[in-house]
Amino acid sequence: MQHYTMNLTLKVWRQRNNKDAGRFESYPVNNISSEMSFLEMIDVLNEKLITDGGDPIAFDHDCREGICGMCSMVINGRPHGPWEETTTCQLHMRAFKDGDMITIEPFRANAFPVVKDLAVNRGAFDRIIQSGGFISVNTGNAVDGNSLPIDKDMADEAFAAAACIGCGACVAACKNASAMLFLSAKVSHLSLLPQGKPEKKQRVVNMIAQMDKEGFGSCTNTYACEAECPKGISVVNIARLNREYLGASLSGD
Amino acid sequence: MLDSKIPVGPVHEKWTKYKGTVKLVNPANKRKLEVIVVGTGLAGASAAASLGEMGYKVKAFCFQDSPRRAHSIAAQGGINAAKNYQNDGDSVYRLFYDTIKGGDYRAREGNVHRLAEVSTSIIDQCVAQGVPFAREYGGLLSNRSFGGTQVQRTFYAAGQTGQQLLIGAYQAMERQVALGTVEQFTRHEMIELVIIDGKARGIIARNLETGELERHFGHAVLLCTGGYGNVFYLSTNAMGSNVTAAWKAHKQGAYFANPCFTQIHPTCIPVSGDHQSKLTLMSESLRNDGRIWVPAKQGDNRKPNEIPEEERDYYLERRYPAFGNLVPRDVASRAAKERCDAGYGVGSSKQAVYLDYAAAIQRYGKAEVSKRNLGNISAEAITNLGKEVVKEKYGNLFNMYEKITGENPYEVPMRIYPAVHYTMGGLWVDYELKTTIDGLYALGEANFSEHGANRLGASALMQGLADGYFVIPYTLGNYLADDIRTSNIPTDHPAFVEAENKATERINKLMSIKGKQTVESFHKRLGKIIWDKCGMARNEEGLKQAIAEVRALREEFWSDVRIPGEINEFNPELDKAGRVADFIELGELMCLDALERNESCGGHFREEFQTPDGEALRDDENYMYVAAWENKGVSDWVLHKEELKYEIVKPSQRSYK
Repeated sequence: MQHYTMNLTLKVWRQRNNKDAGRFESYPVNNISSEMSFLEMIDVLNEKLITDGGDPIAFDHDCREGICGMCSMVINGRPHGPWEETTTCQLHMRAFKDGDMITIEPFRANAFPVVKDLAVNRGAFDRIIQSGGFISVNTGNAVDGNSLPIDKDMADEAFAAAACIGCGACVAACKNASAMLFLSAKVSHLSLLPQGKPEKKQRVVNMIAQMDKEGFGSCTNTYACEAECPKGISVVNIARLNREYLGASLSGD
Repeated sequence: MLDSKIPVGPVHEKWTKYKGTVKLVNPANKRKLEVIVVGTGLAGASAAASLGEMGYKVKAFCFQDSPRRAHSIAAQGGINAAKNYQNDGDSVYRLFYDTIKGGDYRAREGNVHRLAEVSTSIIDQCVAQGVPFAREYGGLLSNRSFGGTQVQRTFYAAGQTGQQLLIGAYQAMERQVALGTVEQFTRHEMIELVIIDGKARGIIARNLETGELERHFGHAVLLCTGGYGNVFYLSTNAMGSNVTAAWKAHKQGAYFANPCFTQIHPTCIPVSGDHQSKLTLMSESLRNDGRIWVPAKQGDNRKPNEIPEEERDYYLERRYPAFGNLVPRDVASRAAKERCDAGYGVGSSKQAVYLDYAAAIQRYGKAEVSKRNLGNISAEAITNLGKEVVKEKYGNLFNMYEKITGENPYEVPMRIYPAVHYTMGGLWVDYELKTTIDGLYALGEANFSEHGANRLGASALMQGLADGYFVIPYTLGNYLADDIRTSNIPTDHPAFVEAENKATERINKLMSIKGKQTVESFHKRLGKIIWDKCGMARNEEGLKQAIAEVRALREEFWSDVRIPGEINEFNPELDKAGRVADFIELGELMCLDALERNESCGGHFREEFQTPDGEALRDDENYMYVAAWENKGVSDWVLHKEELKYEIVKPSQRSYK
């Protein structure tokens, strides 16, 4: 693979805190290697800002290997940037070329208030899990792991839904800021498995109630969430959630 | 000598006997007792959930924006358990034995046996929570192999086992949050420990969103804060992983054990340049099917696919025929370093070896042909079938490799090199996971106890969950049973005031330096010193130099660091500055510990002490102990020893040949 260096202009959303109105500011960054990750490119800019007496850009990040779900950012209008099924931390600079202007914004949603610059508060996701995203089994209650055979295809499907990293890209991608992909992935993961069946009905009802309470919008089936999901979570999960919700509502308990 | 309080009796009866005789706390009293849990990875989340279920009032803290993001999430390969579902000779004893041997006879028998005993319950618990482990077509749980063992006892969920286990523990904890037994504090970092009358009674936490300091009381404090691999700057740890909470405890009297025992993982993506901020692991599970090699000729610059089979050196298979590519991590890492240092390395940096899937793709392809009864098909079709199988097993890892390097590992061998991954050392704890401070416990990677001088793959997840689900619920009660008459201590107690003042002073001091160099630049320099002189190989001269260099770096840091922004706002640079200051102090202790241990064992390889064929040479007569360091002040430590007694396993020269 041929490596190269590039000079870029970054247009970055700056917002001191959630009371500040916020605005875009432009920064040149030079001599960026195509081998760098996107966040390493921001590191370079931040080191320069600090050395020059400026205020570095605040952004969330932690594992930098695409699994913790901490990194966010909307890059050139797309949550997590231009690569398919890739988190911001795994996006590499070979996605860009010399002279590019890159626009960087936070995940925008009423339910995700800005903490500073590109960092937002996604506590709403924790509260949705608290409302029902679990199987009620205390430590020590379990029977032998192999006492309950589970159809491999079903287990694989549950795993595919459980691969959600809770980053919130689905919300940022949605014009209604709906959290349906996130929520449906959890509902699918748990209700596909026999262990999750006993609480199936109240789980879906309670989680949807909490989602509404948090101020997320409704799903209007544009599938932008699926297109931007870094883990390839399928909208089939939303269809399953709707069926379950309908079933739970009709049964009336 | 330190007393580990291992119960007397035969090793397989110790834990059962302990559980049967330990003091209990009745449910009404549990409701009155408060427990602080710092860190929400596998150990912290499982402890918080379990203690909450039991009825204790728990406060759980994490520095991330959600408990689900703790770095346990990134563990890839799997979790060990002595289920013997494969009928291949596994047992509690075998897991115990492999772990003791893998740790190069520097772990406690009592603790390790308990770990092996509870391992099976962990799998059951996780399945009940809905962790979607890999399954066979018959619907039963699937296993794979990991390094340092000859049985298949590793349970997994593709290459995302840590994620699935952590989400299980996180969901269990969130359920308790909803029930009101656990209160969670995200974007909070513990920056001081509060001790009253010799007992840990609370913490000072900094709200990272606002910068405010908060006082929190607890009848006991559990540190589940992970390892300190980021002392090396470049490691497979998350950017935020840090030693601060453990270090504050250390400076208040908790001994720090075996700090020089660090694990360098053999299969990581090599460093690509100075910009590098972290290293990415390629799961050990890849060594199940991948073959590791370098060119047989020094400085061979041909492309890997142009080097014929007979001109390749599969050096692990050559040196260790019995275990081959599945030797333990310390052995595999050193062997890679040896080849690269000798001039056989590959890639532009020459600091890499190949991990090759070509043979596995062919093998799986042919197996598919016979499985599906496809008869005579083209070589290309066989290769494609093989790639499909490999994709199902390791697809996410292969994708990650391609994203980072831009190379397709289905077509060309991966380039890999060892990188810092895990720390076996940590806060010294006794059998009950209690540190040398009463009421202060350390769980998971934050303690030192189960892995000796080298951890086997898929055992970190096992230990974190063992500590949180099945050990602390019993041992904590033994302490709290005597504390039921202690009512909550108000946080205006002088000890809280003093601890908060200390924290404030330190933050003010950091902000007042207003120097020229960034926190990151100091961290990088620290990492380079420790990697070069206290990394995969150490020697007396280098360690002495490193100690002097780290001390000088500390002086420079405290006179020239530049931290932007304000104290009372979201200021990640200030958070990082506190962590790096602590890493610098720890770096010195690591070198001191490595210097003091005049032997090689596990991940600690002193160049002066090796066998004629380059293996680690232990000195059981003089060093069969845990080195537990007590801090007395700046650059001032006293060594305490805990003698290791082997009643069951007879220590011998570790051989994987």
